[in-house]
Amino acid sequence: MMGEKRILISPGPHLWSGLSVSKIMYLVALALIFPSAAGVYFFGYHALSVIATSIATAVLTEYIAKRLRKRPFIMDWSAVVTGLLLALILPPMTPLWMVVIGSAFSIGIVKEAFGGLGHNIFNPALAGRAFMAACFPAEMTTWVLPMGFAADAVTCATPLNEGFVGPIDKLSLYRMLFMGNVGGSIGETSALLILVGGLLLLALGIINWRNPVAYIGTVALLTFALGQDFIFHILAGGLMLGAFFMATDYVTSPITNKGRIIFCVGAGILTVIIRLFGGMPEGVCFSILFMNAITPLIDRYVKVRPYGLKKAGEK
Amino acid sequence: MINKVHISLKRRGAPYGVKLTESKLTAASPIERAPLPEKVIIALHQNIGAPCKPLVKRGDKVLAGQKIGDSEKFVSVPVHATVSGEISSTTTLVHPATGQLVEALVLTSDGMDKWVDFEARDDIDMLSVEEILRRIREAGIVGLGGAAFPTHVKLSPPKDKKIDTVILNGCECEPYITSDHKVMLEYGKEVLSGLNIIRKVLSPDNVYIAIEDNKEDAIEHMRELLASMGLDGNYEMITLRSKYPMGAEKTLIKSILGREVPIGGLPLDVGVVVHNVSTAKAIHDAVFEGRPFVERVITITGAVEHPKNLLVRLGTPLRDLIQNCGGMDGEADEIILGGPMMGISQFDLDFPVIKGTNCVLVKKNVPINERDCISCGRCLEACPMHLMPTILVRYVKAGRYDACKEAYIDDCFECGACAYTCPANIPIVQYIKVAKSELIKRAAKK
Ligand code: SF4
Ligand code: SF4
Repeated sequence: MMGEKRILISPGPHLWSGLSVSKIMYLVALALIFPSAAGVYFFGYHALSVIATSIATAVLTEYIAKRLRKRPFIMDWSAVVTGLLLALILPPMTPLWMVVIGSAFSIGIVKEAFGGLGHNIFNPALAGRAFMAACFPAEMTTWVLPMGFAADAVTCATPLNEGFVGPIDKLSLYRMLFMGNVGGSIGETSALLILVGGLLLLALGIINWRNPVAYIGTVALLTFALGQDFIFHILAGGLMLGAFFMATDYVTSPITNKGRIIFCVGAGILTVIIRLFGGMPEGVCFSILFMNAITPLIDRYVKVRPYGLKKAGEK
Repeated sequence: MINKVHISLKRRGAPYGVKLTESKLTAASPIERAPLPEKVIIALHQNIGAPCKPLVKRGDKVLAGQKIGDSEKFVSVPVHATVSGEISSTTTLVHPATGQLVEALVLTSDGMDKWVDFEARDDIDMLSVEEILRRIREAGIVGLGGAAFPTHVKLSPPKDKKIDTVILNGCECEPYITSDHKVMLEYGKEVLSGLNIIRKVLSPDNVYIAIEDNKEDAIEHMRELLASMGLDGNYEMITLRSKYPMGAEKTLIKSILGREVPIGGLPLDVGVVVHNVSTAKAIHDAVFEGRPFVERVITITGAVEHPKNLLVRLGTPLRDLIQNCGGMDGEADEIILGGPMMGISQFDLDFPVIKGTNCVLVKKNVPINERDCISCGRCLEACPMHLMPTILVRYVKAGRYDACKEAYIDDCFECGACAYTCPANIPIVQYIKVAKSELIKRAAKK
């Protein structure tokens, strides 16, 4: 009887964790709901439209790119994550047609033209953001006060800009930055909700604790050593979002733990240099992009020591 | 000197590897004796080392336990008839581990189960080391944890290597398998007696009994036996955290002793010998009772109606075992010899149980859906040998086999932890095997 049954063979191992690329991307998207919610809460309908437009464009671009490259389109959430991340680092009042251009650039050029997920060198969302900063400098630096769903937008400065007027009392300033009711990009203002999303990913084992710790730690230490208000530097701007969601991107950061620490320390140093000495108020985006560029180099030279290989000096 | 401490290394070691769902369906099932098979197929080459030459021919009548194949070589062990009956034909099999063709004898049982006489000894203290090793070799014992390396060879380290530690391996870290677990519970005395023989042969300073913390009952039982049997020497029980692949020799040595076996080396290079618990039991049977190794405990599990731990005569066809457990479930269409991680798919239901078989796992085939590597680094963190599996795959795909060699591909023991954890579902082990066999071919040409 049993002989008639068709018996299949397959290579081992015959067990798989089931944590697929799609699932990982899905969980990242889920964690990003927290900072997104903060963005919509503080900046209202237009922020929501920016997020929706960016995601829709990203997914559509991926679909078209896959068709053009004659590859199967897999709805694996990675385009959703890219679209969402891009929206979160845009100013709340970005015109939607610009969002479409930026998102299409992120997916079409930065990701698919390099060969798709796994082959891209630069973080697509950050590269898209940098591209938009180059194309639309005025719109990309127009910030508004967090007024929720109120009708009119009032422009303002972000905490990292000169001319930012915050509370005199330090504690109230920190509280403001921590909760997020300050001017800034859609998803960057509330350190609290970024932390919630980030800790969720840490708890699920999706991201490695080394990245945010090394990145934020470096910025804190360096600003402290330079006599700056280091708590302010941790909470202000895109550092939290960058440390938890951008510097942790698998594809564009090193593969070894040592390499990851080098990457994040480097990004931290660059961020501080740009913030304090550069011509731009914020440096997270460019410092991560720069480290993306040298990631292949890091991966080439930073290796793991195999089991049983004698350390130098041992006989 | 009697010094029996119990230390727990639950927290220590293992910053690698993967946590697996245990799926030990048969953890509570006692060992059951399988009915005598009508026919057994005895492969003449079941282990690492030289193949055997047949000592019998077609039509010969043999008794259970009779030696029917042997070799002159040191690194080899004989094979025995596992039932009484008549050699009815010869055949060839594809060895599941090596993929090579091996000769096999088909033995039809006469249903009488008549045995050869055993040469029992109860005065093992009088036996010389040479005599003990001879009895172990004559019994055809190989490492039963999977490697199937001749045990007497492992017990004969070169003179210049001092063995200071013996580890009895009761980890059984693969999901589903419970045969070693059951052997510890039901043949604990024999296991420890076998361990005592190993100690006598190697005279190490320390003997460790290592068991994972998912087998509390076995730990408890072994501890009680240790106390009651009054064995001399330093025996220590060690509880290890259950994590895959804890039970692999090299990782076990690292976890317990903090020593690393040098690349390309053997445990004895760092003064250690590791033996599996079922092997220890077989050693006891051989040395005390003179009983050849003709049957072993095998876990039949997965998608069968009644998963069981069966005491099986070697050479029994898989078909018999699966039928004994109520047959394959409707959906199931894959049979794995060994555990789910390192076991090998077997398409032929007439394939026999061999010495290294500890498990038969029946399951539903799951197609692999390979994607591009996303450089997540999970395979690096999983690899017990601290290799960079994704880099190896990249080299293999580029045909850069020499680069694989330089990246220590030979150190990979194909545990599968990397592929298990890979979100891109890349059959990493498959790629590694391709490169290894290509490297062997190239080395042979030179
Ligand atoms: S590379 Fe080899 S040793 Fe390392 S995890 Fe993969 S299969 Fe195991
Ligand atoms: S686990 Fe898979 S996806 Fe992740 S780095 Fe290794 S090969 Fe690439």
